[in-house]
Amino acid sequence: MTRIDERLLRELAPQVLGAVVRRYGDFGAAEDAVQEALTAAAFQWPRSAVPENPRAWLIQVAARKLTDQLRSESARRRRETKLALEIPPEENVAPPPDEAPVEQDDALVLLFMCCHPALTRPSAIALTLRAVGGLTTTEIASAFLVPEATMAQRISRAKQSIKSSAIGFVLPPPGERSQSIGAVLHVLYLIFNEGYATSSGKALQRVDLSNEAIRLARAAHQLMPENGEVSGLLALMILTDARRPARSGPNGEIVPLDEQDRSLWDQLAIAEGVQLVSDALSRGAVGSYLLQAAIAAVHDEAARAEDTDWPQIVALYRVLMGLADNPMVALNHAVAVAMAEGIAKGLALLEPLDRDPRIKDHYRLAAVRAHLLERSGKISTALGYFEQAAEKTTSTPERNYLLLKIARLRDN
Amino acid sequence: MKFMLMMHTPAGTGEYQVNQWKPEELRAHIQFMKDLNKDLREAGELVGGEGLAPPVQARIVRTQGGVPEVTDGPFAESKEFLAGYWIVDVETAERAYAIAGKASTAPGPGGTPMGIKIEVRQVMSAPPDIG
Repeated sequence: MTRIDERLLRELAPQVLGAVVRRYGDFGAAEDAVQEALTAAAFQWPRSAVPENPRAWLIQVAARKLTDQLRSESARRRRETKLALEIPPEENVAPPPDEAPVEQDDALVLLFMCCHPALTRPSAIALTLRAVGGLTTTEIASAFLVPEATMAQRISRAKQSIKSSAIGFVLPPPGERSQSIGAVLHVLYLIFNEGYATSSGKALQRVDLSNEAIRLARAAHQLMPENGEVSGLLALMILTDARRPARSGPNGEIVPLDEQDRSLWDQLAIAEGVQLVSDALSRGAVGSYLLQAAIAAVHDEAARAEDTDWPQIVALYRVLMGLADNPMVALNHAVAVAMAEGIAKGLALLEPLDRDPRIKDHYRLAAVRAHLLERSGKISTALGYFEQAAEKTTSTPERNYLLLKIARLRDN
Repeated sequence: MKFMLMMHTPAGTGEYQVNQWKPEELRAHIQFMKDLNKDLREAGELVGGEGLAPPVQARIVRTQGGVPEVTDGPFAESKEFLAGYWIVDVETAERAYAIAGKASTAPGPGGTPMGIKIEVRQVMSAPPDIG
């Protein structure tokens, strides 16, 4: 299978599934049928040729699988052995009527369905990657480092929840639209983060979840080009991913933003992200993803760490704090204030966070305080907080970074 | 988030305590563990888990001066041993605690919940990049 075919298949997956669900109604069965059609294509196309109308081919194969399945359960066993024999000759596939607008809607409905708030987030993530992303259960399981059977159960539970909650294959009504979009964005955001969390180790054998999240966010952006938060999340991912080559050292250790070799940053990606941010900002309404993207853009546009426009970042964090009461945002705001207006001011802003149960025991609060104290020359006090942070983090690269930091400070 | 749930069992008098249970007590205990594993598997949360062989079979391996040395124990004074473990992938720490809480109620002699001590430790990962 060539790369082009693979990409084509995965782009077609949600369109085909959307069309089959629209026609037959049963989401769970349709999803299985489309996966089988994709498997058939992956087997067949490299041996003959990509059909002239690959989408129609897949829909027809999936529909046939589905009717088989609905007709009798025994068809399930036969189907597996006959998989390769059931391929329709290409000439039997009539070109479909022009249904482009329906196609677009189908993909969007599918995305809302897979990210529905009635599903647990792990279920929604797994289902989105399979049904919208066109990944196999094996690929998803290995990306999350869990056994395939575990991932298969997650997917089947997700489908069961869709069935039992009677989530229909329709666009959410306008009154619920923004909540539905919020749920979609949260799922894509979690996939992106997971990509980074699992990016160490045997990465070569795994699907890159960060790239997958970017691909899905691009698709969402195409479906909802006017939505500022969708643009914002896509931009945030692109601008964050642009720093990937610089953010870890040869042994996977974290390189903090101010020590990164900025010549390694992906300038094309930065340009794309910045463009997305400025387009979205010019359209008006500003949400939290767009603001985070704007902050990432300010960082990415500084050629050297000391060129960072910290007052601008402070201003953006203030707007972000006005949108929601989020202690992690308050913590980042304190860092920006320390850089823009002086360490003492930043340290003072940490004090209320010591009393906030949502963050007071988080390693990042200790780490930020340690860094600020170190910058103001209070090394021995800083050491104590670095040690606290190293004890509290659950991230191996972060802990290694903190332990190295402690060792270096002790040495001096 | 992945968590490791480690089941610590009282060592009793040095004997493998379970050897002295009645067959039906043992069967109820085994059934409980099988059901728990089935539930975790069906919830899409089970990453792995095993029961461990009795501590009399345990060996400590330690390499000093380039020579690996295999010894029994030191289990003589220890009051508890690791009897088994699960690795689960769950949404929150609270869910891991809930699973551990359930595992802790495995029935012992007379069908009484044992109140097994389960140590819950988060498995290290890499940090999230944004957020």
